Amino acid sequence: MDWQALGLSVRLAATVSAILLVVAVPLAYWLSVTRFRGRFLVESVVSLPLVLPPTVLGFYVLVALGSRSPIGRLWTEWQGHGLAFTFEGLVIASLLYSLPFAVQPLAAAFAQLDPSLRDASAVLGASPWRTFLRITMPLSVEGFLAALVLTFAHTIGEFGVVLMVGGNLPGVTRTVSIAIYDDVQALRYDEAATTALALLILSFLLLAALYGIRRRPWAASPLT
Amino acid sequence: MTLSAAIVKRVSPSFAIDVDLQASTGITILFGASGSGKSTILRCIAGLMRPDEGRITLDETVLYDSRARVNAPPQHRGVGIVFQQLALFPHLTVAGNICYGLSHVGAAERNRRLAETARMFRIEGLLDRKPSRLSGGERQRVAFARTLVTEPSLLLLDEPLTALDFDNQSRIIDDLRRWNEQRRIPVLYVTHAHREVYALGEQVIVIGNGRVLAAGVPHAVLEHPTHPSVANLAGFENLLEGHVFARDENGGTMHVRIGSSGPHLEVPIADVPGGSVVTIGIRAGDILVANEPPHGLSALNIIEASLGASRREGPAIVADMITTTDTRFVVHITPRAFDRLGLHTGKRVWLAVKSYSCRIARNDTIRGGLS
Repeated sequence: MDWQALGLSVRLAATVSAILLVVAVPLAYWLSVTRFRGRFLVESVVSLPLVLPPTVLGFYVLVALGSRSPIGRLWTEWQGHGLAFTFEGLVIASLLYSLPFAVQPLAAAFAQLDPSLRDASAVLGASPWRTFLRITMPLSVEGFLAALVLTFAHTIGEFGVVLMVGGNLPGVTRTVSIAIYDDVQALRYDEAATTALALLILSFLLLAALYGIRRRPWAASPLT
Repeated sequence: MTLSAAIVKRVSPSFAIDVDLQASTGITILFGASGSGKSTILRCIAGLMRPDEGRITLDETVLYDSRARVNAPPQHRGVGIVFQQLALFPHLTVAGNICYGLSHVGAAERNRRLAETARMFRIEGLLDRKPSRLSGGERQRVAFARTLVTEPSLLLLDEPLTALDFDNQSRIIDDLRRWNEQRRIPVLYVTHAHREVYALGEQVIVIGNGRVLAAGVPHAVLEHPTHPSVANLAGFENLLEGHVFARDENGGTMHVRIGSSGPHLEVPIADVPGGSVVTIGIRAGDILVANEPPHGLSALNIIEASLGASRREGPAIVADMITTTDTRFVVHITPRAFDRLGLHTGKRVWLAVKSYSCRIARNDTIRGGLS
């Protein structure tokens, strides 16, 4: 059992979930209320990671983060080293990869909300911000929960993107799924089996907690 | 206090709202069929929708002015609105709902107002309940209380009572009347039910196809409709289009031919030239039915017809009478009279219609704005 890899995966998933919640809430809210005609294009871009092979996404992220790209150069000037094959690089790649898993449940929850509740709140004197805090957010708790759990679980389990962007550096980019792959390659089947089982149980517990709290069937699907 | 709203709003390429209306202290009914634009007008006044052009003022306060580029956000307009779907906050208790609009007042004042409003709307016992555990009538009262507790300077009601039975409706209407006697603010009440117009309105503004069709006191506007769609809304079951072919100034009547070859009706003389196309409105209950040609009646219009379909509707029978020229009249008749006349499908009858039961609406007049 590779505790270091599991710890790294949990740290990565927690970081990505926290950042994504901040990024995805305004994006999802905008998608649910905007009358912008190009909305479908934004939705398509956000959802791309659902259908794109992780290696393709990983490849583009690797190129974008590389020392020849503007982002990579800026990062190198600031931090003194490149982004590829670092934890930070993994975080950036995972943010993109898990974006639809955060945005879609949130946008669905916001869109399901009766718009007259927001109207009523505004007419009763509440600013848009207060309306969001007191009406939209409490009535979208399920969406927040689904976004959080799905993002976390999905980031824990990712493989292709990590392999492309992060490589396999113990304690830095060697996540739990990489560790399993590695163990199998080296014919350490016992080791792989314990780690796989741990991952299976963790994923099951997360989803069981989510579905247990929510009563709606299949509430946590990224395509709701 | 007077609300003055001139609003132009293009809702779709084929439908635009263009109204100029006033509502002073008291209840003004905004009356019109569904889809006539009433709710859009309310949303523009409340600031939930932005007009394309116009000016909305409440006494001296400018809420919207396209030329001066003023557009106060809804939370700063001091306008209260009760929606048709009520829009109670499902995650808050009744007390939480009522206090939602009171975040700016102190706790003591908030509790005083909560208690006072709850007493007024008889919901003191429900304060700890969630909206899902309220009856329809209770929900309606909570929605009113939540809006009125904020002491708005203008109250907008968007068909808030349509879902209620008559008793509950009249009780809330009484509450509303009592409340408004103390506050004296303009109340704009949207409905498409003509019963509510008579029950509530001190003034009525009739909206059709995004325009003001008529305005005034309910009795004058609805009993003497000047436009066919007003007559339709006012519950005239028979609306017959025809043209004036003769005027009898001395006799005080004019002669109208229904359709191209239909029956001819003698109606009270009105200020329309010969040849004009008019719509005659006749209430189904104002038509007499005889099973032989009647004599010695004051009614000037005796029309021969035969009974078509008939059906029971509540206490009355609604009967279709087809004239020899194939014009259809809808007649309300009691089951007792129906039996006494020995009516059956195909039976020959004579319809008697007083001239004064015929309301005349000119087809080419649409009054814009208030008069």
